[in-house]
Amino acid sequence: MPTKNIKNLLKALTGGEAVAEALRQINPTVFAVYPITPQTPIIEKFAQMVAEKEVETEFVNVESEHSALSVVVGASAAGGRAMTATSSQGLALMAEILSVASGLRLPIVMNLVTRSISAPINIHNDHQDAMMVRDLGWLQIFCENNQEVYENNFLAVRLAESKDVLLPIMVCQDGFITSHNIEGVKIYPDKIIKNFIKEYKVEHSIFDFKNPITIGPLALPDSYFEIRTQIATALNKSEGEYLKIGRELEKITGHKYDYFEEYHLRGADAVLVAMGSVAGTIKFVVNKMRQQGKKVGLLKVKLFRPFVYQKAKSALKGAKFVGVIDRAPGFGSHPPLFGEINQCLSSNQKAQSYVAGLGGRNIYPEDIEKVFKDLLANKTSEGVKYIS
Amino acid sequence: MTENKNKNKKIKILPGGMINQPGSSEKYKTGSWRNQKPIWDKNKCIHCGLCVNYCPENCILFKNGKRKETDFDYCKGCGICAAICPVKAIKMIRENS
Repeated sequence: MPTKNIKNLLKALTGGEAVAEALRQINPTVFAVYPITPQTPIIEKFAQMVAEKEVETEFVNVESEHSALSVVVGASAAGGRAMTATSSQGLALMAEILSVASGLRLPIVMNLVTRSISAPINIHNDHQDAMMVRDLGWLQIFCENNQEVYENNFLAVRLAESKDVLLPIMVCQDGFITSHNIEGVKIYPDKIIKNFIKEYKVEHSIFDFKNPITIGPLALPDSYFEIRTQIATALNKSEGEYLKIGRELEKITGHKYDYFEEYHLRGADAVLVAMGSVAGTIKFVVNKMRQQGKKVGLLKVKLFRPFVYQKAKSALKGAKFVGVIDRAPGFGSHPPLFGEINQCLSSNQKAQSYVAGLGGRNIYPEDIEKVFKDLLANKTSEGVKYIS
Repeated sequence: MTENKNKNKKIKILPGGMINQPGSSEKYKTGSWRNQKPIWDKNKCIHCGLCVNYCPENCILFKNGKRKETDFDYCKGCGICAAICPVKAIKMIRENS
């Protein structure tokens, strides 16, 4: 199908196909991947593009996710633009190499289609896979819909490769809810995207024989500390870079790339904080309740790692009641998003933690409406409330 | 890369601990790890070269068919040379004793 260079084409795509479309325009050097539900639509579609020579990508079929990320680490260290995609148990199998990727400061972009983790085995969406690797030095961007999935891939490539950052990024979308649902996705012309993502110029490559380097040496107590804390410094710097590159992308897409999306927060007494596709459901409920004169709003988290506490704090300043919806239970601790938001609130603000949607359990507008009504009626408690 | 014996001396660390200068392992004096030291008895030694070949650090020098001194910059004091010596010309003693 001739899709090239047509001005802002609107295509009906699943979230997985939206990733493949973005990959086609990025044309990564290497894409190593192992199939797993619900990530599979990405590799199905992209493998077809490779077979039809729409891209020059070296598509590497591997025997496991551990190998997939290992290939990508090697390709990235060699100076290529290397990407992968996975879900759930696949991400768990990659865990060992995840910290290698960030530790070696390799700008890898991974599309993570979030899914529950075993046991019991379940293929549907929640955020437990993304949450178990949230502190490994990877950036994590969460997407609400297919359009965001498509656009955030470009942002991620530029951000990862930024000289001050040089860290891997996960672009997270919700398994099945966005990965398998078809939405209209506005596709920008190939040329414009190509100009935006630029040529990848690596500063040090193992193939630069005139300037030989060693990657991944042993670092003992006298230097390991410094090398690891450099990751923290780079993550701090990535906050500014995210906004800077976001503003550049905004000129193409017209969309904002902030740390958070503030939806009807002005004058809102009760605010829900959430990330991923459930934000769409919450927006629907906010619109409805606002029409009824109820002061409710949504704070949607887009950049989860690094977490920009100051911005969350100022966005939530006016709220009397703050509810946080996590799609991960946080065993033995606060659920992960609640843990972050809880420290952004002052003592006169009431907070309530909600856990919802585990293993793909639907979150209906009525559930959200009840949550807002409870919050407005000051029905909060110390413990976690389950929406099930 | 890991040459940082002097704590006050700041070294420039590249992202991810990447090394862009060759020979860094030579600069790293692993002899400081040693808690036992091989004492070589020159007079007993038959210069068979077994200890030279067995030394995992390759730090026993051998020149013109003669065994030379151990390079204590790199000797970790593993004691393999003492164990392998057919004439018991090497004795392990505590470091700093």
